[in-house]
Amino acid sequence: MDFLSYLISGISLGSIYAIIALGYTMVYGIAKMLNFAHGDVIMVGGYMSFMATTHFGWPPLLSVLFAMAVCTLLGIVIEQLAYKPLRSAPALAVLITAIGVSYFLQNAALLIWSANPKSFSSVVFLEALRLFDGRLIISGTTIVTIIVCLVIILILNTIVNKTKVGRAMRAVSEDKDAAQLMGVNVNKTISITFAIGSALAAIAGVLLCSAYPILMPTTGAMPGIKAFTAAVFGGIGSIPGAFLGGILLGIIEILGKAYISTQLSDAIVFAVLIIILLVKPTGLLGKKVLVKV
Amino acid sequence: MKRRFYSTFAVALVLCLALLAGCAGQPAKPTEPSGSEAPVPSESESVKPDDGVKATIKLGGIGPLTGGAAVYGIAAANGAKIAVDEINALGGIQFELNFQDDEHDAEKSVNAYNVLKDWGMQILVGTVTTTPGIAVSAEAFEDRIFALTPSASSPAVVEGKDNVFQMCFTDPNQGIASAQYIQDKNLATKVAIIYNNADAYSTGIYEKFVSEAKAKNLEVVSTTTFTDDTANDFSVQLTEAQKAGADLIFLPIYYQPASLILAQAKAMNYEPTFFGVDGMDGILTMENFDTALAEGVMLLTPFVADATDEKTVSFVKKYDELYGEVPNQFAADGYDVVYALYEALKDSDVTADTSASELCDLLIGTFTSDSFVFNGLTGENMTWSKSGEVAKAPKGMVIENGVYVGMD
Amino acid sequence: MGRLRLKTSTDNLLTYGLVIVAYVVIRILIAGGSISSALQGQLVPITAYIVMAVSLNLTVGVLGELSLGHAGFMSVGAFSGVVTATLLAGAIPTTWLRLALAMLIGAIFAGIFGFLIGVPVLRLEGDYLAIVTLAFGEIIKNVMNIIYIGYDASGIQFSMESTNALQLGEGGKVILSGPMGAIGITKLSTFTAGFILILISLVIVLNLINSRAGRAIMAVRDDKIAAESVGISVWRYRMMAFVTSAMLAGAAGALYALNYSTVVARKFDFNTSILVLVFVVLGGMGNIRGSIIAATVLTVLPEVLRTFNEVRMLVYAVILILVMLVRNNTTLQHLFQRIGVRRKKDLLNGEKGDDA
Repeated sequence: MDFLSYLISGISLGSIYAIIALGYTMVYGIAKMLNFAHGDVIMVGGYMSFMATTHFGWPPLLSVLFAMAVCTLLGIVIEQLAYKPLRSAPALAVLITAIGVSYFLQNAALLIWSANPKSFSSVVFLEALRLFDGRLIISGTTIVTIIVCLVIILILNTIVNKTKVGRAMRAVSEDKDAAQLMGVNVNKTISITFAIGSALAAIAGVLLCSAYPILMPTTGAMPGIKAFTAAVFGGIGSIPGAFLGGILLGIIEILGKAYISTQLSDAIVFAVLIIILLVKPTGLLGKKVLVKV
Repeated sequence: MKRRFYSTFAVALVLCLALLAGCAGQPAKPTEPSGSEAPVPSESESVKPDDGVKATIKLGGIGPLTGGAAVYGIAAANGAKIAVDEINALGGIQFELNFQDDEHDAEKSVNAYNVLKDWGMQILVGTVTTTPGIAVSAEAFEDRIFALTPSASSPAVVEGKDNVFQMCFTDPNQGIASAQYIQDKNLATKVAIIYNNADAYSTGIYEKFVSEAKAKNLEVVSTTTFTDDTANDFSVQLTEAQKAGADLIFLPIYYQPASLILAQAKAMNYEPTFFGVDGMDGILTMENFDTALAEGVMLLTPFVADATDEKTVSFVKKYDELYGEVPNQFAADGYDVVYALYEALKDSDVTADTSASELCDLLIGTFTSDSFVFNGLTGENMTWSKSGEVAKAPKGMVIENGVYVGMD
Repeated sequence: MGRLRLKTSTDNLLTYGLVIVAYVVIRILIAGGSISSALQGQLVPITAYIVMAVSLNLTVGVLGELSLGHAGFMSVGAFSGVVTATLLAGAIPTTWLRLALAMLIGAIFAGIFGFLIGVPVLRLEGDYLAIVTLAFGEIIKNVMNIIYIGYDASGIQFSMESTNALQLGEGGKVILSGPMGAIGITKLSTFTAGFILILISLVIVLNLINSRAGRAIMAVRDDKIAAESVGISVWRYRMMAFVTSAMLAGAAGALYALNYSTVVARKFDFNTSILVLVFVVLGGMGNIRGSIIAATVLTVLPEVLRTFNEVRMLVYAVILILVMLVRNNTTLQHLFQRIGVRRKKDLLNGEKGDDA
């Protein structure tokens, strides 16, 4: 019973990592860009939803839409100002710019919302599921997060595989130059990818804060890194991989704490990650890249 | 292109160096001239007719104003600013406060200290957090600059440094006091501990709590930890405590993770007594926090924002007016530090020209003398030992209906 | 690399010259008393960061692999260096010798870790390799946070629980106490020591780059399969660069730690790794002189920005973004080109590893 209960905790935590990882992997897979500011866009999403519900008194669902709108806008502005001019620059230059953006967002949030933590009110009102006379509890947030994850995967898959934009995305992710030659507007495609990624970040932010209701300017930083790890773990660019990677990361973290050591939980998570990458060097569901001579 | 770029880069470098080197000659402008702004009321001028010799003492402050620990540094800086403005309005000794950011990092803290030294700092108010505090107090000891830290609570901050003093309890004292309190009041038979094993403050309290609990035959049944990187899910820690049958969970941690622990314990229908230390203070004033979650939480804290004494009421009101928030204990610590310095200096004949080392000797003498007793927001009848640690009584509080109620 | 050997050596001489001139100028300033405490206090960390940047450039720029855990090696070097310096305090009273030994031990330990980490890491590629270096950085931070080391009459004691568990005898001293890190370090580091370490790193790195091994390493970076097919042992050369880089970072860590009276594991986290990576990218991939300049400027910059008060870090972020944008702006590049700078080819060569 203990094991089951830990497993459920792991899935709860993992579902949060998964939903962040989905946005990460989307941008990462198509634009080939490590967007280290993703975690901070999540934080902004959290604050937006917080402001909407607490200060403006809006209903939760509206607050989520509001957060999505603001984050999408923010994502587009960041993209136009900071990333677009670097389209032809080396990938690492963009990475550093992303770090600059991350510093910027964190410090701007500090000035706007102060360093005092806010207690987030959950936007999820689903009752927790109690099994075996309440010995196993699955929280409403977990259920909603997993459902939202699956819906996002479905939508992303449809977009990527069934639409014209999606075809352009796949082309860009495969080979930017070739896509350009085939008449794909690479710039526009990457911008759209980025906008979608930011909207996903807003959803992730709201769910992250619903599950762990503390909101600070640094809220997004650590989950961002963990989700990045999860995205790589699952296989870069693979959308189901990000989900799987996130869930597994959460489970490993909780089981490691429960059965090995709470002191070493981070070390355990990362050690397992390394071992798995040694066995599967391109992540769980990653594509094997053939190198031609 | 490359060469051109680097020549511009090199020019920028030279400019940076020149700028910094120039600081030696003319000290940088004070960035927070809260002292010079406050005009002296005319009435007090009539009391002190010869204010030509009025001293303006330069206080340097150091604490995290950005980054993850900013909440503590900003609060301490704000509290200190309020005290400086109040004191300057009295018309006696004038203070000028220059508060510098250290990002909760030893390297940046030493940088901030050096910047303040160039500015002409005479007394150090700081640092706010422990690790930077250890690094900076070693520098202050060598330079003979008196330091009174609001909240760097590790004994290592003051250890072996005769001119470094603390306004807050030391971590070990909190651990010992907590164990004694739990035993004396018979609050529990089985205790579980959840602490942050990547945090000096939390680990410091934990270690002394455990040895004191052993001495007092208090049974510790479960000890689990978390780090700043894993401070979101506490299901494992709570389940272990519950399985071990703990009826009290000791939380020597800050209120942000504590608030998550309270919520998650409630979700799993586990209702032990939660016992916190001064880091727990602030939980009730967190915006939008459901205070019902904290019902019955006990804590040892030096400062209570909703206390009804005149001093606290006026401070809380002023803080809210200026910063729009309820002050936490760090703000009160910062406020007290400036007032303690004022009390120690007001009857002396210090002037703006008194050197830092003269001030240092003077203040060491005053702070360690038996006659120096300080009453502040964070305690009554405070006295200091030669080692620099403060002696004051902790207040045991329990949260009832969303407010603190004295436990005694 | 189409450069002539002669040109390379002039280029290297310029790098050495820059470092030596900077050292002499600052020495003169110190002697003349016309240097602020603020700058003087930053000299040692600047030298440590320069060595960090130069060593990371070996991995990222020359070897062409993205490393996100370089601060982990600094951490290993810092703590082993501090322990060495503390234990030798009685045996070796000469401070410079103790510092040199601490840096050497720091380098050796970091090198051992570099090798152990290199074994799995170098089997991977690209972003997967990057994430594993990140993972190792986090593991080192996590483990360092729970290590307790002390010594008493009966020798060195070690624990992974708490200082109580060390059970030190009478007169025992705790050197490392978990999250509180090392406390009460005797400060040994000096600017001159930092300067010498920079020179040593330059000698090692520049000679490596311009040696047979260095050309092999760059061949591996540019085309692994081609390199393999002409008989270059890919694993061996990658490992060589990786371990050298780790060792230099370890020495820098010891230098850094022995400059403060305390050092904690938390300092060497992901953010520090990223900071050093910023130095390297800003300075130019594979460009050692660029790393030195970028490390200096970006370490001094936040201090210069103190006049901005609360918005200081915001300004820092904006400057960082702007510099990256200007640096990679094609219009500006063309402009410079027209003015008559004819080294675009070098730039392209230097930036080749950027696709890591």
